[in-house]
Amino acid sequence: MTAAIEFRDVSRVFGDVRAVDRVSFAIEPGEFFAMLGPSGSGKTSCLRLVAGFDSPDGGQVLLDGQDVSSVPPYDRNVNTVFQDYALFPHMTVLENVAYGPRVRGVDATTRAQRAREMLDLVQLGMQGERRPAQLSGGQRQRVALARALINQPKVLLLDEPLGALDLKLREEMQIELKSLQRRLGITFVYVTHDQGEALSMADRVAVFNKGKIEQLAAPRELYTRPATSFVARFVGGANVANAELATTLAGRQAQPFAIRAENIAVLSETAAASATGNSAAGVVVAVQYHGAASRWQVKLDAGEVWSALVTEEDSRALNGLAVGKRVKLSWPHEAAVTLSERPSVS
Amino acid sequence: MSLRAASTFFYRRPYWYLALLLVPPLLWFGTVYLGSLFALLAQSFYRIDDFTAQVVREPTLATYKLLVTQPANVDIVVRTLTMAIMVTLACAVIALPIATYMARYARGRMKALFYVGVMLPMWTSYLVKVYAWRLLLAKEGVFAWVWAKLGLAGLLEAILATPAIGGPSLSSSYLGMFIVFVYMWLPFMILPMAAALERVPGSLLQASADLGARPAQTFRNVVLPLAVPGIAAGSVFTFSLTLGDYIIPSVVGAPGYFIGMMVYVQQGTAGNIPLAAAFSVVPIVLIFVYLSIAKRFGAFDAL
Repeated sequence: MTAAIEFRDVSRVFGDVRAVDRVSFAIEPGEFFAMLGPSGSGKTSCLRLVAGFDSPDGGQVLLDGQDVSSVPPYDRNVNTVFQDYALFPHMTVLENVAYGPRVRGVDATTRAQRAREMLDLVQLGMQGERRPAQLSGGQRQRVALARALINQPKVLLLDEPLGALDLKLREEMQIELKSLQRRLGITFVYVTHDQGEALSMADRVAVFNKGKIEQLAAPRELYTRPATSFVARFVGGANVANAELATTLAGRQAQPFAIRAENIAVLSETAAASATGNSAAGVVVAVQYHGAASRWQVKLDAGEVWSALVTEEDSRALNGLAVGKRVKLSWPHEAAVTLSERPSVS
Repeated sequence: MSLRAASTFFYRRPYWYLALLLVPPLLWFGTVYLGSLFALLAQSFYRIDDFTAQVVREPTLATYKLLVTQPANVDIVVRTLTMAIMVTLACAVIALPIATYMARYARGRMKALFYVGVMLPMWTSYLVKVYAWRLLLAKEGVFAWVWAKLGLAGLLEAILATPAIGGPSLSSSYLGMFIVFVYMWLPFMILPMAAALERVPGSLLQASADLGARPAQTFRNVVLPLAVPGIAAGSVFTFSLTLGDYIIPSVVGAPGYFIGMMVYVQQGTAGNIPLAAAFSVVPIVLIFVYLSIAKRFGAFDAL
């Protein structure tokens, strides 16, 4: 099967900055693909290369097996939902949605009909005559979605589409977007800096850092088996032991590893570590109460600050331990994930 | 009362504070600025006594009757209005590509260069520019010389032979006057247009291309409609400046009178203040008509 989108050794350079640094990957048709990374990591640059707003300085971008590196956006079967929605302020909602068919020469009756269908699809059937400025953020988001889908693109690009919405609306839209993608069966490429969003929606996630992909994997694998310390920290919020700390803790030459906060138990300093486990001593620097669990920040004797997630139940057993007290962190061997320090993909 | 006490007093009483800020400018604006204008306009409802040449201070429409019934006066209004419309259209057509380049493509030094270049002529004396243009457009002037060098002397002759716009030379034709007007008012069209185009987010143009619009379609469907408020603002300048100007028509161009010249002549040598006032009402009325037409076409909807 031909990949919907393929990057072959693609680079994009702005002055001294390699925004995209020899990146290769392929996205399957019908896949919900997330590009995750902090700002400036190259994910949006990649999206712009797919949309055609920018062309690569090296390598090839393929859509459906065709090299489109020099094809302008208006000749690509790809549509975009912009971060700021980019709705035309001088047009009504209906005119905005009908814009794609209009510039492609579809007659007025047909395109109004199709625009109404699209508005129904995003549950905005009654808002067609209003101006974008009269809509709420969530409604504008839906209009942008309807406008991008009306051309029946093979690929829909979404650039941080939920970034401007409040938390509750964002969660609703996540579910809606996911079900829309399943129904339409088209490829979604979703750019976000929110790892929760990427993990909950995507079939696969590419984690970007400094213009390269650090790891490309399914959400569960990213979370449970991060390949690099960057992925472990950014996606899982995990504690990372670099080679030096790992060697100190193990008492022999050891690989760097990651350990997630929920896998670490907090014990009193005098407690014996379990036979199958590892442990590290340190001083409690903060305890944040989150309801079902508390996050304990512990400064290890080696200098790193690690966090441990302690359930309410376990907290009770830790009576007397508080900020400033010495504790022991303990975790089972099998919870530690060995990391490589080099990006695994690219 | 100490400064601190005064601050507290005004902080607690925002309306007093507002009044303190607004009263001086409102006094100026209301009395000196609008007041004197209305005093002038009121004169247009007086008339001049034909025998004594004295102003008769009784409300009458006789002066307006004179304005609209005498063919010579109507000609002046039509001539001025036609020129104002032509100059406005030409300025809009010339300014659009320049403003588009300045707002959307030029970066850094190039952008600064363009803004300075557009404004530079406005920092020079208006009279110097008008007289310079008279020389440029004269029969043996630079313009005619360049055209002759390009082998286009015959074409220039033919253009000048055209009735209505032509004349003995460019500097004594309506075409020459038109060129000078367009030169003078172009910055007033470019700057508001560029300001309007600067405010168009780049993502709108990307969205248009993304949805399948070719650059020409994007320009027509997105850029142009969003530039309309700027074009409307600029055209109010070019239109009203042309309607009111009296120096350019008296220095460059054919001998026919323009509204501004008529105001100057009537209030000066002729001493007919009521007719001068009536003539100065004409541009005000025309601009109101122009603005209401522009509003009907939605020029201010995006404001």
